[in-house]
Amino acid sequence: MLGLLTSIMRVFEIPMAFLQRILGIKHLAWVFLAPNLILFFLFAFLPVFLNVVYALTGGDQILLRDRAFVGADNFAVLASCDNYLDPNTCQKDLFWRAVHNTGWFIVLQIGFMIGFSLLTALVLNRDIRARGFFRSVFFFPVLLSPVVVALIWKWILQRHGLMNAGLDAMGLEPVLWMLEREWTFFWSVFLSIWAHMGFYTLILLAGLQAIPRDVYEAALMDAATPFRTFSRITLPLLMPTMLVVMVLALIKGVQTFDEVYAFSGGGPGSATTLLIQYVYETGFAGAPRLFGLASAASIMLALVLVVLTGLQLWATRKNADG
Amino acid sequence: MGKINTFLTRTRGRNGPDIMDWLTYGYLFLGVALMFGPVLWLLASSFKTEAELNSFPPRLLPYKQEMITVTGYDDPLPLYIVTEGEHAGRTVAQVKRIGLSAKVLDPENPTETFKIKTSEREAVERVALATENYTELFEKFDFLRYFWNSTFITLTATIIMLIFNSMAAFALSKYEFRGRTIVLALVIGVLMVPQTVVLVPLFMIAKELYLIDTLWGVILPGAATPTGVFLLRQYMLTIPDEILDAARMDKASEWKIYWRIILPLSAPAIAVLAILAIMWRWNDFLWPLIALSRNENYTLQLALNSFQGELDTEWSNLLAMTILTLTPIALVFAFLQKYIATGIASTGGK
Repeated sequence: MLGLLTSIMRVFEIPMAFLQRILGIKHLAWVFLAPNLILFFLFAFLPVFLNVVYALTGGDQILLRDRAFVGADNFAVLASCDNYLDPNTCQKDLFWRAVHNTGWFIVLQIGFMIGFSLLTALVLNRDIRARGFFRSVFFFPVLLSPVVVALIWKWILQRHGLMNAGLDAMGLEPVLWMLEREWTFFWSVFLSIWAHMGFYTLILLAGLQAIPRDVYEAALMDAATPFRTFSRITLPLLMPTMLVVMVLALIKGVQTFDEVYAFSGGGPGSATTLLIQYVYETGFAGAPRLFGLASAASIMLALVLVVLTGLQLWATRKNADG
Repeated sequence: MGKINTFLTRTRGRNGPDIMDWLTYGYLFLGVALMFGPVLWLLASSFKTEAELNSFPPRLLPYKQEMITVTGYDDPLPLYIVTEGEHAGRTVAQVKRIGLSAKVLDPENPTETFKIKTSEREAVERVALATENYTELFEKFDFLRYFWNSTFITLTATIIMLIFNSMAAFALSKYEFRGRTIVLALVIGVLMVPQTVVLVPLFMIAKELYLIDTLWGVILPGAATPTGVFLLRQYMLTIPDEILDAARMDKASEWKIYWRIILPLSAPAIAVLAILAIMWRWNDFLWPLIALSRNENYTLQLALNSFQGELDTEWSNLLAMTILTLTPIALVFAFLQKYIATGIASTGGK
């Protein structure tokens, strides 16, 4: 493997030496940047502009020359709604249901996930044995692929699954978890918390460990109650980290697709259809392929993300300064 | 409430285990059960026969029904023990099931058959691993093909990403040139545009480049990551410039300085990025789902997802495939978990 890499690198030696001679060392920087910038241009910048073009054109053709300009029609169609709180009154009811689902999803997911992450980080920060082991136990689901996570829980929640066996053993009626809207939504939130919690726990634990010990010693000296120590020292000093964690979780939360789609397929009905799934199905899975509508929906999502990423950079900087 | 507060705030407890320690370890072991349990359950289930998987309530260990070969019958017959009725206590082999009764024979006297009720018998079983769940993956399914696709995409994308990102990071950390700030701002800009929000144009560009439904169509769009550039640049900034000056004095070319000096010195950061890249690519789902349509190009993740949607796919094979899909990542984790934790904490995930 390393040998292969070495020979790849050696191949470029002569052309790079030649470029260095004709460009000079100063301009060689652009040669080093070129491959990355070309990929960035092709697969990140160009798509941003083209996304707008797609959103402003209609039809089911992917090639731009086959598409007719329709102005803001796609946005108008998406936004046409009598009552935004009731998706059934909207022209694109599935879009608004996806918006509602995503909203509820992130509120519940982030609320509980940060709560449990904080609790876990506080427990792991105590004077415990085998901390490394316990830390990796909470962390390892982060590495599992979304499809694997979905299948693990689907297997437990299926009709003859472990969960129903547990209910049966307690003398309760089995539940068809995957056929009831509320339960499927609940388990979607649950499995995404299960899968991602370890990541936030890790960041919060690092934040806790960065709080200087002597602050606690001073509090002990002043005979501060444990509750006061937590609310007046731990929490305020952890706030910058909490902010980073919250924004990161928001950024990922609004983009949730993989594990929920593999788990429930968005169903039953549209009970767990999230925004990205709407974009995917509008543009790629359904017929006709409404690329314009998909682009318009993803632009709305992108605007949210730009704000959130701006927040993230601000929070990270604040965290680094504070 | 008071106890919870103490629980949350205590930093060190002395004088032997107190209530707080009990709560702490209680929480931790609950965590172990909740985090590991489901995966272990999946592993145990993946060794059960399809019949066993469909029985309720499920049992912890995998069992298999004993089969016996009887002269005069081509296939091995399942063994039962009769629990009630006139034949109670006898071990019989079932020839055929007819509604609520079964036609059985005594293996020791195979010519004589008789009927018993299905409610009056119990299967003779022993603990055995249904390894055929795994072997069938290679016979009935194109598992090796999916495995190869995933491996090829993961390794190629990781190598390309490491080379491209480290070149860019080298330029951004070791050269003073006009436009550097703009390039850095552009990289931050890319951070704001995840693949998920530009799917349609990405699809068109990949189509125009003839990348749709090829493995390269999955590899290239994700090969340049802003995260990688940042991570490596941050690390390379800590390498003193004097080393470069000394090398230039010795007439080393810039390319040689890059891959002979800077790359080896950045090995720790490269290792972290490599592990992250392997994980991202191996677990990648949404873009491959869009970019790959022919079954023969499917990655493991796509194959898993499409099999679970097919009605005739049996859980036994699906569970075995899930285990094989998570194994490489589990191995990486087992050996390199320290790097992973620091890597993920320092890059903010993706």
